[in-house]
Amino acid sequence: MCNEKILCAGFGGQGVMSLGQLLAYAGMIENKHVTWMPSYGPEMRGGTAYCSVMVSDTPVGSPIINNDATCVIAMNQPSLIKFEDTVAPGGIILINSSLTDSTVTREDITAYNIPALDLATECGNGQAANMILLGAYLTITKTVLMTSVIEAFKKVFGKKAEKLLPLNEKALKKGGDIILTIESVLPH
Amino acid sequence: MAKMLMKGNEALALAAIRGGCTHYFGYPITPQNEITEYLAREMPKAGRVFLQAESEIAAINMVVGASAAGGRVMTSSSSPGIALMQEGISGLAAAELPCVIVNVQRGGPGIGGIQPSQADYYQMTRGGGNGDYSILALAPATVQESAEMIRDAFQLADKYRSPVFIASDGMLGQMMEPVEFGDTQPTLMAEKPWAVVGHGGKRKPNTVKTLALDPLVLEEMNLARQKKYAQMIATEIRYENFQVDTAEIVLCAYGSTSRIVKNAIDLLGQEKIAAGLIRPQTLWPFPDAPFQNLSKKCRRVLCVEMSCGQMIDDVRLAVNGRLPVDFFGRTGGIIPAPEEIVGQVKLLLGRK
Amino acid sequence: MTVVFSKTPGLTENETHYCPGCTHGTIHRLVAEVLVELDLLEDTIGCGSVGCSVLSYNYLNVDMVESAHGRAPAVATGVKRVHPDKPVFTYQGDGDLASIGTAEIVHAAHRGEKITTIFVNNAIYGMTGGQMAPTTLIGQKVTTAPDGRDIAHSGMPLRMSEMLAQVPGSAYIERVSVHNPKAVRRAKRAIKKAFTYQMERKGFTMVEVLSTCPTGWGLSPIDSLKWLEENMIPYYPLKVFRSPEEDYPQ
Repeated sequence: MCNEKILCAGFGGQGVMSLGQLLAYAGMIENKHVTWMPSYGPEMRGGTAYCSVMVSDTPVGSPIINNDATCVIAMNQPSLIKFEDTVAPGGIILINSSLTDSTVTREDITAYNIPALDLATECGNGQAANMILLGAYLTITKTVLMTSVIEAFKKVFGKKAEKLLPLNEKALKKGGDIILTIESVLPH
Repeated sequence: MAKMLMKGNEALALAAIRGGCTHYFGYPITPQNEITEYLAREMPKAGRVFLQAESEIAAINMVVGASAAGGRVMTSSSSPGIALMQEGISGLAAAELPCVIVNVQRGGPGIGGIQPSQADYYQMTRGGGNGDYSILALAPATVQESAEMIRDAFQLADKYRSPVFIASDGMLGQMMEPVEFGDTQPTLMAEKPWAVVGHGGKRKPNTVKTLALDPLVLEEMNLARQKKYAQMIATEIRYENFQVDTAEIVLCAYGSTSRIVKNAIDLLGQEKIAAGLIRPQTLWPFPDAPFQNLSKKCRRVLCVEMSCGQMIDDVRLAVNGRLPVDFFGRTGGIIPAPEEIVGQVKLLLGRK
Repeated sequence: MTVVFSKTPGLTENETHYCPGCTHGTIHRLVAEVLVELDLLEDTIGCGSVGCSVLSYNYLNVDMVESAHGRAPAVATGVKRVHPDKPVFTYQGDGDLASIGTAEIVHAAHRGEKITTIFVNNAIYGMTGGQMAPTTLIGQKVTTAPDGRDIAHSGMPLRMSEMLAQVPGSAYIERVSVHNPKAVRRAKRAIKKAFTYQMERKGFTMVEVLSTCPTGWGLSPIDSLKWLEENMIPYYPLKVFRSPEEDYPQ
């Protein structure tokens, strides 16, 4: 049964909000129950931005994550520090290791260091780092199909972003493939 | 129309356009800006009027003018902005002018914060402005319900010639959820023979006013409005009962908080504690009946709010001393966690 | 029998409640006559105010909506946005417009709202019993400045026409008076121009009319007219402050 609680965090501009929205939208396309909840307010301007996404087979009550995230996607160092404790025991954390210089300290969660920024740059644009991480997340959890994310991309960003679709599709697949070669890291 | 993933605020705005809103007046304030921005973008495309006012005071008075002139009018704001609007809201109620007022609540008092809150319960259900009046207040708990309640709000406003509140909050306004609008056509606006449109030389001038210097006349006007309110109480109360019949404790929560409470009820169920929820969908008029018809199994009632305890007054009035009524709440913009509510329930029931 | 004068159909049959010698009645009549002469009466929508003119809807033969204290320009904005082709006006006193309603009047002008404001300035709060207004003259004795208005304590009287003339959205701003027949004729011309410019969608239009308050001032009707002429006009000069003929400097 699917009951995913994903928290995506990073700097404003890294696409954490879009990452969450694409996941929620893809869930909706697959007729799952979804919510997306952003952090809002002055925090958005320059600081850590984050959003919580619920994808579930049953109706979603609270859209808020209270230290019960099944997965945290941390796109920078401050997010890693701030949200490590948000992962539920047994949950996973995906770390953009291109922008972090430490990893998790907890032993009851599974962490993956993914050089998302470097991988996205290899795909053609570092802006797609969020898609690398989303791809990795989907390979691990199979919450929704990648094709649903692609469909969601078209719906969310519309015609204007059509030319960006190949890049994002490429990054999504790359993230999905690369995670198979990455071992989870052990805490220090 | 296909299912869409929308923010609560945007769904409110789109639903307003689909509900036939002809005029919107508003002033920026967090966390409701998506409504204002969406309507700034979309109202002109739909041939409707959007105008940014210089203040909430001006916005609500523009609502007065546009409603008096026969428009189907809406404004939106958040807690301190609604406080500024109270002069106009009292006037709208007194002049019996239909309109929809969205309150995306944030933490107070004063300027307070911008995170979700339900501390405007008194402001919306106890007047807030001067004088004897009441305003229908609809409280959605999902993005879908936000859209549906806006549509209903315009109809109710016309039906009763009254302002109607939508009691949303920062969480419900900011979160995205799937929403479907269906293909329903906007309801036709009621005939408004009382509107100020120019008499055309065909009738005596219409006057939209509230001034009544003769106390006997004013009392008569107030009593006539009370009759209208009695009709609202008789016909417009809405609520949801969730696992109430088997519950040994019944929780009461509305809007965003009711979602958290449902999670808590699930968690309690896993521990074999039967809890239920009465979710008022109208804050005014308040649903007394479900509290008067509680089963014998129910031992106590717990009111949960994002406030220091406001709706609990109505819960106590409805329970009327038959059962103990307790309160749990977080305030200042904190959303309670399901686990906190579970803890409170166990404490009250003497369970570990 | 030849009819040499009849009451304008722009006014209702109701007797006004205004004090003897108050010039509100004259100003009502000018507005009514202008609306009839411009053939606008049937379409016009008025926005009342709070103060002595709160009951203006009883006397002007047009559809009217009441406004809370100072808010008439916002209410008129709402009306005008529903009926952009119909004449819309506010009728406000100086307590209403120049004190509690400054934000609303400035921003109605600022938006270039196509409305006409009739601003009746009698330098006092009449309805509430003669308190100080922003327009009260220096030294003028009022119930809330019993020794007379003092600059150090309350500042100088506010000149609204001069102020609103600075707002880019204003199309026509003129100050007139009704203290003698010649002034009354000028006032009527100004009101006519204001409504004409409104219908030509030139922008915000306002006519400030200096008016008497014999009761509040504690003077006879005749002395009030004299007081207006000798004390108000020197501080509140009668002139056109803005007109669509002169472009606002960009």
